[in-house]
Amino acid sequence: MNAQVSVLLPELLLAGMGIFILLVGVLGRGSQRLAFFLANFGVLASMVAVVGVGERGTETFFAGMLQLDRFALFFRLLFLASALLVVWLSRPFLQRAQQTAWEYYALILFATLGMCFLASGVHLAGLYVSLELMALSSYILAGYFRGEVKSHEAATKYFVLGALSSGILIYGLSLMYGATGSLSLAEVSQKLAAGPRSVAATAGMFLLLAGMLFKVAAVPFHVWTPDVYEGAPTPMTAFFSVGPKAAAFAMLVRVLWVGLAPAAADWRLLVSWVAAATMVWGNVAALTQDNVKRMLAYSSIAHAGYTLLGVLAGGPLGTQSVLFYMLVYAVTNLGAFGLVVLLAAKEYAGEKVADFRGLAHRQPVAAFAMLLFLLSLGGIPPTAGFMGKLYLFAAAVHAGYAWLAVVGVIMSAVSLYYYFRIVKEMYLASAGEGEGVAVLSEAWGVRALVVCALATLLFGVYPTSALAFLAPAAKIVPW
Amino acid sequence: MDFLVAHFSQAVFLFLAFFSLGGAVGVVVLRQPVHAALSLLASFLGVAGLFVLARGEFLAAVQVLVYAGGVMVLFLFVIMFVNVRAVGKEAQYLRPLVPLAVVGGLLFSALALTAMWALGRRPPADAFPLVSVAGQEVGNTEAVGWILYREYLLPFEVVSVLLLVAMVGAIVLGRKPKEMEKA
Repeated sequence: MNAQVSVLLPELLLAGMGIFILLVGVLGRGSQRLAFFLANFGVLASMVAVVGVGERGTETFFAGMLQLDRFALFFRLLFLASALLVVWLSRPFLQRAQQTAWEYYALILFATLGMCFLASGVHLAGLYVSLELMALSSYILAGYFRGEVKSHEAATKYFVLGALSSGILIYGLSLMYGATGSLSLAEVSQKLAAGPRSVAATAGMFLLLAGMLFKVAAVPFHVWTPDVYEGAPTPMTAFFSVGPKAAAFAMLVRVLWVGLAPAAADWRLLVSWVAAATMVWGNVAALTQDNVKRMLAYSSIAHAGYTLLGVLAGGPLGTQSVLFYMLVYAVTNLGAFGLVVLLAAKEYAGEKVADFRGLAHRQPVAAFAMLLFLLSLGGIPPTAGFMGKLYLFAAAVHAGYAWLAVVGVIMSAVSLYYYFRIVKEMYLASAGEGEGVAVLSEAWGVRALVVCALATLLFGVYPTSALAFLAPAAKIVPW
Repeated sequence: MDFLVAHFSQAVFLFLAFFSLGGAVGVVVLRQPVHAALSLLASFLGVAGLFVLARGEFLAAVQVLVYAGGVMVLFLFVIMFVNVRAVGKEAQYLRPLVPLAVVGGLLFSALALTAMWALGRRPPADAFPLVSVAGQEVGNTEAVGWILYREYLLPFEVVSVLLLVAMVGAIVLGRKPKEMEKA
């Protein structure tokens, strides 16, 4: 039993630090700096512990709840790294808004805790409560700014639609349990493979799928995304678009390919149409957005569509491409939203595309960083986004989904229009057309952006070592 | 008569199921908050009855104590405390969508009925009581405890963090905005 508890060390550190931050906050002695320091320390210590615990192959822990394979190792490191960058980005934002930070940082840690369990969970009951832990923390963080109407709206919409999706998910889960008699993914898979599938299992499977597609914000389950991303505090928007989304993809891949693999022929049909609709609608709807956060929200929907191609393809190649894309997308999107965080906008959630006007003349470095992130989101070499999409589309073609890859390529071309609207404002707007706003150079925000920019370039120019690390991670089942 | 005896548990199930579903519908439809809360109570009691039927006596007791008891009192307390009157007839933005909702509801119930039918095609197995742990006969409460604290230990602990987060969230979101504090 002690050996079992020791593998939980990373999660225990996160939870312990979250509670400690809450306690120090209640005592009211420390400064905001202390809260920031403790949050950093908690995430970093947890990262060290994740590496220390390492991978344990196909062995399961806690009566078949957790599996600490390379897949779990990668995703937990990704979540912790994103949490760290989001904590850095939050520092200037909280300072400017003069908000207390204790609960804010603690909730980030608790959300990350839920995501870590999502990465390693192989049991539907465990996955469900981890998902709820992540989601509940996110709802509160979305509404953290009490004085802002938009923040309220974001939190309410996120909560109501999130609760609805959880209801769908758990209904599917209960039907699945009724049909197969087990919630362990491996046993569900055995039961499904054993004989003809009952109608209850089919219904359960599709409800489960719908619940998870809600969480990754795929069309037609995406309606909450733009409002939530616009209204939430910007560092939190960055967090939602990266952490919970990647966590939902980790769960999706694990549930579909470990649990529901025997029924792949059926759900693949549905997922392929969802992927196509998501890519098309995400990109088309982004074309007309003037609010940068809203535009990036639709862009994140589109990116979920691309990622679904890799999920659909499956196999070592497809899964590897999903993992790599989540990595690439995380650093790029955190960078793009990070720049929006540092944009000195006048009112809450009022960041307009026009605010970037003439940025290249005033702050060439910041403009260049934004250019880099936008190129990566659009999938232009030599950035990471190009490599990520290349692998996704290659996996899709390899698995026989050439038509989806074609849709993806066309939609990537469409996406360049709205990404380049920002580029145009930054570089081509003449000085006479009025000025945009400045990008603030606040120390921790800048550090986060530098990390994101370097990673975006590194994975674009030299993806080999990352891909080599991810190849064993893709072996969640013996393909 | 024989038919009824043979299918007694199904008859009870149907009654309880409609009872709890009817209660749930009442929560949404009734305009007086107190009536809605009482309707929720009916739903909770129906679910408790279902637990008895499935031979989870412990769960049924907990359902009555915690939900029909504690949670319900809290609901009624808050409703009476903030003195909510009937929800007025406000603009119904979703009215045009009612036909669509009906179609969707029908499709969904067709799905649910098919699923139930498919499950019921197997001979209706008598719900097996949860009373054995490692081959030993124990009470239902003991068996639930064993499963909860052994097989489901990890989700149980995660739920405890989840409840902490819910508490923190209630405090954070219930806090007065900064501007109001200063004033």
